[in-house]
Amino acid sequence: MFRYTSGSLLREIGVWILAIVFLLPFYFLITMALKPDAEVYTSSPLALPANPTLNNFSSLLSASGQSNILLGLMNSVIITAGSIVGLIILGSLTGYVIARSTRRWGRLAYYLFLIAIVLPAQLGAVPLYIGARTVGLTGSVWGMIFLYTGMLLPLAIFLYAGFLRGLGTEYEEAAAIDGASRGQIFFRVVFPLLAPATGTVAILCGLIVWNDFFTALIFLGGSANQTLPVSMYYFIGSLVSKWNVIFAIVIVSMIPILAFYLFAQKRFIQGFAGGLKG
Amino acid sequence: MHSDTKTTKPARAHRGAPGPEGLSRARRARGVVGFGHWWWALPGVLVVLAIHYVATGVGGFFAFTDWTGIGSFQLVGLENFQKILADPTKVLALGNTLLLAFGSVVIVNIIGLAIALALNRTLKTRYVLRVLFFMPVVLSPLAVSYIWKFIFDYNGPINAILKSVGLESWQKTWLGDPSFAIWAVLIVIVWQQTGFAMVIYLAGLAGVPVEVEEAAAIDGTTLWQRFRHVTLPAIRPAVAISTTLGIVNGLRVFDQIMALTNGGPAGATETLATQVYKQAFSLANFGYGAALALILSAIILVFAVIQQRVTRGTES
Repeated sequence: MFRYTSGSLLREIGVWILAIVFLLPFYFLITMALKPDAEVYTSSPLALPANPTLNNFSSLLSASGQSNILLGLMNSVIITAGSIVGLIILGSLTGYVIARSTRRWGRLAYYLFLIAIVLPAQLGAVPLYIGARTVGLTGSVWGMIFLYTGMLLPLAIFLYAGFLRGLGTEYEEAAAIDGASRGQIFFRVVFPLLAPATGTVAILCGLIVWNDFFTALIFLGGSANQTLPVSMYYFIGSLVSKWNVIFAIVIVSMIPILAFYLFAQKRFIQGFAGGLKG
Repeated sequence: MHSDTKTTKPARAHRGAPGPEGLSRARRARGVVGFGHWWWALPGVLVVLAIHYVATGVGGFFAFTDWTGIGSFQLVGLENFQKILADPTKVLALGNTLLLAFGSVVIVNIIGLAIALALNRTLKTRYVLRVLFFMPVVLSPLAVSYIWKFIFDYNGPINAILKSVGLESWQKTWLGDPSFAIWAVLIVIVWQQTGFAMVIYLAGLAGVPVEVEEAAAIDGTTLWQRFRHVTLPAIRPAVAISTTLGIVNGLRVFDQIMALTNGGPAGATETLATQVYKQAFSLANFGYGAALALILSAIILVFAVIQQRVTRGTES
């Protein structure tokens, strides 16, 4: 019935034209980042670089202080990885206990986390900042890992609990009959079974942490431990219309996440479509 | 499809009491197995209570004070809220917030659904196209906004294209135009979010049985009738999810504005989120900033509750 007809071919061509227009910003991004200073204003923004150069990228390496993009890149990697680890440990344990609990408090805790997902960060940011400043956690990598873990924990728990509710208890019962302790049941039986949920948590939460600008700007702005978006913001703020250098920074900031996305695009798209729909 | 089976579960799980079968199995299992210890959940519960509930509660309290962030403060009742409503720039920020949230949701979902319908089933290159359209979603909104800042620049591509087709009189500094700047922000949000809506709709469309569509086609229905009476009812949950997530995220728009216009020209693109940041953290008006954040939170919560109602209504 729904076969590939000449109409389908027309539709296919139409969608490809739309896709090319849709992706034009990437053309401007790449061509501009390869242009030498002299071409930024003299050549048309639509033109390819006449003398392509990688100087804009190498100039990033020499930048320092608040504008140090490489340091920001490293901080982003550490903070994102640390938060993912924290979210997987706390999220799987809490999600497991809540999903398997038949008591009232388990249901209560579930709603506690559900509401926390939609509570916007802006209102809590002010007291959190004061609290973090008091105990000296602003500007610190560990402080950010703790903060992000706490901020995204409700989402992680929600994803784990949702997955666990669709998972039968047969394996756990079998392990218990074989004499496994509760700890063994969780770490050797349940946690490996949770792998798909763990993947979704790592992708969704990791992406949110990696791209976060608001929280990082408040807690890390001006410190030596700025993440990539904050470094990028300050660096670009100091460059007036030097678009070739600005776009070199933008490309550097995009490469890690784009590489990861293209490598694992199926998991990414499934994670978004499945994870957020619950 | 894998994602579909997974998604219906949480919704079913919290819709009401577990069925008699599930309960008895859980009871039976309780006799044999202990599912972890309750205190395993304690660190998670405490962290969420502290970071979400206590912090939000304290923030809500500060909304009724004149605290600057340091030293002592006084309770001022509703003064902060009266000041906000009397200040045209704050009312404009509120209007911009709602415009960006609702404007982007309407456009994103129409385009996203259209692309999803075009990609669904027959196209040979649909997986490649899906990856391309989704790509902007994974990028940082800040980085994306810098690309568009150049596109809207006076020496940027838009003006270059206008010049090449002889429309030089239309050229302008797009982001410097107070009446256009907010629409520029909207375009950037739409460009980045469309792929997300598309993916949600593709997942929804995958659940529409092809037999029903075929039967309707054999009965001689038009394409529009099939969409209106077969496809649309089947993907209603996807519509609810996509629109609500879009509104909740649209209400928080911050990064794009900081990168594109920093709220300018002359406050024309301020939103509640940028004003919260500027008042509380740049100008040290903690109490006033908290009041703005409370308004933003209240709006977001209202829409989240409406979403819950709407999704449940469509499920049952």
